[in-house]
Amino acid sequence: MKDAFGAPQSLLILGGTSEIALATARRLIARRTRTVWLAGRPSPALERDAEHLRALGADVRTLAFDALDPESHETVLGKVFTEGDLDMVLLAFGVLGDQARDEREPVAAARIAQTNYTGAVSALLVCARALQTQGHGSLVVLSSVAGERARRSNFIYGSSKAGLDAFAQGLGDALHGTGVHVMVVRPGFVRTKMTAGRAEGPLATTPEAVATAVEVGLRRRSETVWVPGALRLVMAVLRHVPRAVFRRLPI
Amino acid sequence: MPADTASDPDGSASDPAEPVSVTGWGRTAPTTARVVRPRTYEEAAAAVRACGVRGGIARGLGRAYGDAAQNAGGAVLDMTGLDRVHAIDVDGGTVLCDAGVSLHRLMEVLLPLGWFVPVTPGTRQVTVGGAIGADIHGKNHHVSGSFARHVLSFELLTADGAIRTVGRGTPLFDATAGGMGLTGVILTATVRLQPVETSLMSVDTERTADLDDLMARLTATDHRYRYSVAWIDLLARGRSTGRSVLTRGEHAPLDALPPRARRRPLAFRPPRFPSAPAFVPEGLLGRGTVGLFNELWYRKAPRARTGELQRIPAFFHPLDGVPHWNRIYGRGGFVQYQFVVGHGREEALRRIVRRIAERRCPSFLAVLKRFGEGDPGWLSFPMPGWTLALDIPANLPRLGAFLDELDEEVAGAGGRVYLAKDARLRPELLADMYPRLTEFRELRAELDPRGVFTSDLSRRLDL
Ligand SMILES: Cc1cc2nc3c(=O)[nH]c(=O)nc-3n(C[C@H](O)[C@H](O)[C@H](O)COP(=O)(O)OP(=O)(O)OC[C@H]3O[C@@H](n4cnc5c(N)ncnc54)[C@H](O)[C@@H]3O)c2cc1C
Ligand SMILES: NC(=O)c1ccc[n+]([C@@H]2O[C@H](COP(=O)([O-])OP(=O)(O)OC[C@H]3O[C@@H](n4cnc5c(N)ncnc54)[C@H](OP(=O)(O)O)[C@@H]3O)[C@@H](O)[C@H]2O)c1
Repeated sequence: MKDAFGAPQSLLILGGTSEIALATARRLIARRTRTVWLAGRPSPALERDAEHLRALGADVRTLAFDALDPESHETVLGKVFTEGDLDMVLLAFGVLGDQARDEREPVAAARIAQTNYTGAVSALLVCARALQTQGHGSLVVLSSVAGERARRSNFIYGSSKAGLDAFAQGLGDALHGTGVHVMVVRPGFVRTKMTAGRAEGPLATTPEAVATAVEVGLRRRSETVWVPGALRLVMAVLRHVPRAVFRRLPI
Repeated sequence: MPADTASDPDGSASDPAEPVSVTGWGRTAPTTARVVRPRTYEEAAAAVRACGVRGGIARGLGRAYGDAAQNAGGAVLDMTGLDRVHAIDVDGGTVLCDAGVSLHRLMEVLLPLGWFVPVTPGTRQVTVGGAIGADIHGKNHHVSGSFARHVLSFELLTADGAIRTVGRGTPLFDATAGGMGLTGVILTATVRLQPVETSLMSVDTERTADLDDLMARLTATDHRYRYSVAWIDLLARGRSTGRSVLTRGEHAPLDALPPRARRRPLAFRPPRFPSAPAFVPEGLLGRGTVGLFNELWYRKAPRARTGELQRIPAFFHPLDGVPHWNRIYGRGGFVQYQFVVGHGREEALRRIVRRIAERRCPSFLAVLKRFGEGDPGWLSFPMPGWTLALDIPANLPRLGAFLDELDEEVAGAGGRVYLAKDARLRPELLADMYPRLTEFRELRAELDPRGVFTSDLSRRLDL
């Protein structure tokens, strides 16, 4: 169960090798988390990450999960819930792609949408139902500022996050009053392997900062969290910039 | 008194099939459950049988601060529908009543007959079931012990659907007293009462300069009073750390009343004020406002006054005048931290008080009391020593980690925190604080192998 400050005792991470998710897990293990499930595509990295969290004192298990295989989600994720309550599910999987290449390779572009959006839709629905049955829990969804307004430079990724973001918001409304809390997290540029080698944005941040924001959001039962917080204002302005100007902004 | 009984989940009359959101008095960590309100013992038994895999838990008036009377995804048995007073032995001084009867109701019924409840907490809005479930204590603990000491027997609906009569001195009695509803549902109880000549209290008030002054006075003279408690200003720092207002009293004898009052010495008419508003902006209770309140409160108290006549609500239940006062903490809710450390552990108490004062928690007057002998309940909270209780807004940054540090002090000093107030204890500390936890778990495993009785508290702390 979560405590009075929203700190979970058990955690399921979808996208178990995500640097943001692992920073969040470390943070929550320092509070109350004792049971962690890392769901992801089987790899030595996944096992290594599990081992690191174990060293912090948590009971960690890994599980094979592929966002691109929605048919399996019901069985794979359903099984985790039969082993005990989960206080929090963190949806962290996602792919950034390569905009220039993906514009030329429609199949690759479609895979981004299938991972970030379609895969998330089915995984979120499976988890939402299980959380609703247990009558409590937080569903934390890593969206992105990129989904707030599609940009010329990464609209394939951006549009997939826009879809995910809208879906998660709707799901949050649907679950209102069921005891399940849905929190949409919109980070800006975060320094992880996903963004390695790319030019940093002005408000670049770290996985640890996202983790802190998640912890605070859980305590406040927030529905939307921006990281860093200043992005809320920046995006409020950018959202209203006319298309002709927006198109030419160096972002 | 509809406004108060509506402390049932979200105050709405609910369709039992529809899950509703439930919290404790502190309004943190809401979860949803099916709320069933049995009106008969048969309905209660049927509700227990129909609990399903996620089990059920009894709920009284929801005055426990944390998650003791909620059960995510399962059933919550709202016991306030079982509210009959069955028999009063006017000569012997006992009452037999349903577990859903409130102490408020008992006072209304009993005071005109010259009897009072044996133990009352800081609010009258608790049920007899909740009073046994948490084995509550009052201002008279140093003299009278906790509530269950005055319970002669109760009827308990257990996981197998049977109703057992449970008498004092049995393991099931001592597991249930303070057992937080986890041994079964109490249906009725027979309670021994306290005789009184009047419904007024004769009260002595004194101001103490600091914590040591307070402890010295309590140690020297507490035995002279039946009721004793100190309100302590935890925002005062430096030399005034722990300054307090100590109020102690006794039921006023008839001859202490002025002639006019003697005509109706047992009258009981609690005043009521409007509810706190349903919506309160975050951060209303900052350090400034709370500090000012505490300052005024301390200043307005007399340096010393004896024999003042006070009504029962004013002396015991000052907060009951404002229904739903818990809303003033806004959406984030609040936690109450209450712990006890034994005699000889005064240094730990001093350290904790100093830390709280230095941390500048915007905490209204906290309550300090000196406990008497411990109670037989396996998970009963009191032990001979010092108990401190304070309310803190839950949205205070890093409060979780701060309270964890205080827990370490408390556990290190052989003390414990009170489960009826808890919403955040680190589960690993529970066994240190409650040495009879193993016995409790064993009894539960035998009596309720499928874990029918389950609460968010029992899941969180693995009770
Ligand atoms: C303003 C205020 C002041 C307080 N002051 C004090 C104080 O001075 N001393 C003190 O000890 N406590 C104090 N409390 C706490 C309160 O007395 C306890 O939490 C009490 O248990 C609340 O009773 P309730 O009927 O509201 O029960 P709930 O809060 O609904 O339930 C509390 C526990 O009792 C169990 N329970 C309730 N009914 C039954 C039943 N029929 N059968 C089995 N189990 C049952 C529940 O499962 C739960 O575990 C205070 C609370 C408030 C809000
Ligand atoms: N980094 C940023 O700047 C940034 C900004 C905003 C939002 N986000 C979002 O935050 C989330 C986490 O990002 P991160 O920075 O932590 O990136 P990361 O370290 O690269 O993590 C991405 C994760 O997604 C997993 N994944 C990819 N495809 C998958 C599939 N088909 N099935 C299962 N898992 C799959 C990866 O697993 P494998 O190990 O199997 O590849 C990896 O665990 C992502 O959703 C990302 O879009 C990131």
